[in-house]
Amino acid sequence: MLLFLLRRAATFAATLMVASLVVFAVLEWLPGSPAQVMLGDTATPESIAALEARLGLDRPAWARYTSWVGGLLRGDSATSYAYDTPTFDLIAERLQVSLPLALLAMVLTVLVALALGVYAASHHNRAGDVGVMALSQLGVAVPSFWLAILLILLFAVQLQWVSAGGFPGWSGDDGGGEGGIWPGLKALLLPALSLAAVQAAILARVTRSAVLEAMREDYVRTARAKGLSRRAVLWRHVLRNAMIPVVTIMGLQFANLITGAIVVENVFVLPGIGRLVFQAINNRDLVLVRDVVMLLAAVVVVINFVVDVLYALIDPRLRVAGDA
Amino acid sequence: MVGSVLVALLLLAAALSLLWQPWPPAEIDIPHKLAAPSAAHWLGTDSLGRDIASQLLVGSQNSIVVGVIAVGIGLGLGVALGCLAAARRGWIEELVMRASDLTFAFPALLSAIMLSAIYGPGLATSIVAIGIFNIPVFARLTRVGARSVWTRDYVLAARAAGKGGWRITTDHVLPNIANVLIVQATIQFALAILAEAALSYLGLGTQPPQPSWGRMLNEAQTMLFEAPLLAVYPGVAIALAVLGLNLMGDGLRDLLDPRLSRQR
Repeated sequence: MLLFLLRRAATFAATLMVASLVVFAVLEWLPGSPAQVMLGDTATPESIAALEARLGLDRPAWARYTSWVGGLLRGDSATSYAYDTPTFDLIAERLQVSLPLALLAMVLTVLVALALGVYAASHHNRAGDVGVMALSQLGVAVPSFWLAILLILLFAVQLQWVSAGGFPGWSGDDGGGEGGIWPGLKALLLPALSLAAVQAAILARVTRSAVLEAMREDYVRTARAKGLSRRAVLWRHVLRNAMIPVVTIMGLQFANLITGAIVVENVFVLPGIGRLVFQAINNRDLVLVRDVVMLLAAVVVVINFVVDVLYALIDPRLRVAGDA
Repeated sequence: MVGSVLVALLLLAAALSLLWQPWPPAEIDIPHKLAAPSAAHWLGTDSLGRDIASQLLVGSQNSIVVGVIAVGIGLGLGVALGCLAAARRGWIEELVMRASDLTFAFPALLSAIMLSAIYGPGLATSIVAIGIFNIPVFARLTRVGARSVWTRDYVLAARAAGKGGWRITTDHVLPNIANVLIVQATIQFALAILAEAALSYLGLGTQPPQPSWGRMLNEAQTMLFEAPLLAVYPGVAIALAVLGLNLMGDGLRDLLDPRLSRQR
């Protein structure tokens, strides 16, 4: 197990390092000088020279790369060009919206998907199963940002139950005293719902086939022969074994939720990472774009690593295969 | 069956829009803005008086172009890399697989953001971003399929007969994994349509005046109170196109691999 963990950790570290090289190189090899791109076509040569000096472009590329990565590791980030604030501070502030949004969406995804998947599997080939499968087929086809617009249309425009967007903040002092845990959660509910629908549709299908697969196993027949009820077998034996593929997909989906949030945050005008990176593009703030893209890529790599390790913990066979 | 009909409709709409459109899709007609559906404007007009039906028809071209090129990039490079990895094994295989892992760290949206920050937003940027993400998908699938073909007796016989890696790949490996690749291609096509719509919605994809379903949704969102239906049509078009491709992929899988359909 230790050897497996060490190998996975080494691959993880190497992937992160190469990812940082890719991000750095892509922004390094852009046509013209980064200062020119950031300031636009109308910039004077003096202002370009000033920004180049500020960005340290007179130093060799490897020196800038090492000081960037060193800064990231020390928690000492570069200063955003447009906001004149350390990028880490900006990212940390926006994560207070994006992270709860992704977590809420994940909770909704898992609840809905497990319920629908298990229901469909236990009603295999009956009306309930066909209905769930049709619903999931539809869920996969609907773009999350369109569902978001439809939810705004229904709940904000027609029924006027919620506001069409914005975020009041988590503390009572935010948003002119309108903030707080409950108002914050309320503002994230529709965005989370629109993100979760697609992912729940995918996960419900995976859960259904995993449960169906597990129900065909011999130990299920043995458990039934032993006199256990259908329900007890389902909860005690089938679900536990069906969880292996489900957990893997859940990990990958969390990465999808984080990137999906970029679009949905823009629909609901939520001040999260998605809005931040989008504004950074419009401001041509390459420093901020670089750090946000690196953060999101790192999140995806970390999630893949955690899924790999979880996978091995759930299924010891994989550990043995990994050690061999 | 339903999937094939929907996909045929999508192709038909794109082909028709090349030859004929009810109105020029970019023609602004302020006096007739936000018109209700009528004989002249089947689905009404938008906030600038542009004909919705014409924009939807021409927008289908966009989705097909993005799907074809992005899947083409993924298929072309991914299958080549996957075949190479399976044929050569060793460090080449390791390198291809680790490069695939790395590419997965950059979902299409993230690549598009990075490329847009440098080259500016546009259709080409979004196609390249979606295409790059497709490469590891096809590379992994091809490698797994190709490795299993390489262990077969008929490949051993072909090697004994003096066939090289290239000939074995073209004569035996590719024909045997074509089914799986075709099914995956339809799924990636659907995902490409979704990704392009999202990028265009954000303003990072297709640029005006070229109509695109994603941007139509963006424009419609500012008119939710005045004309809610504007936000419905493009979404229905995207959902039907994606649903059609997904159903067609499922159908093809059952057709090409009957074992799977029995398991369902």
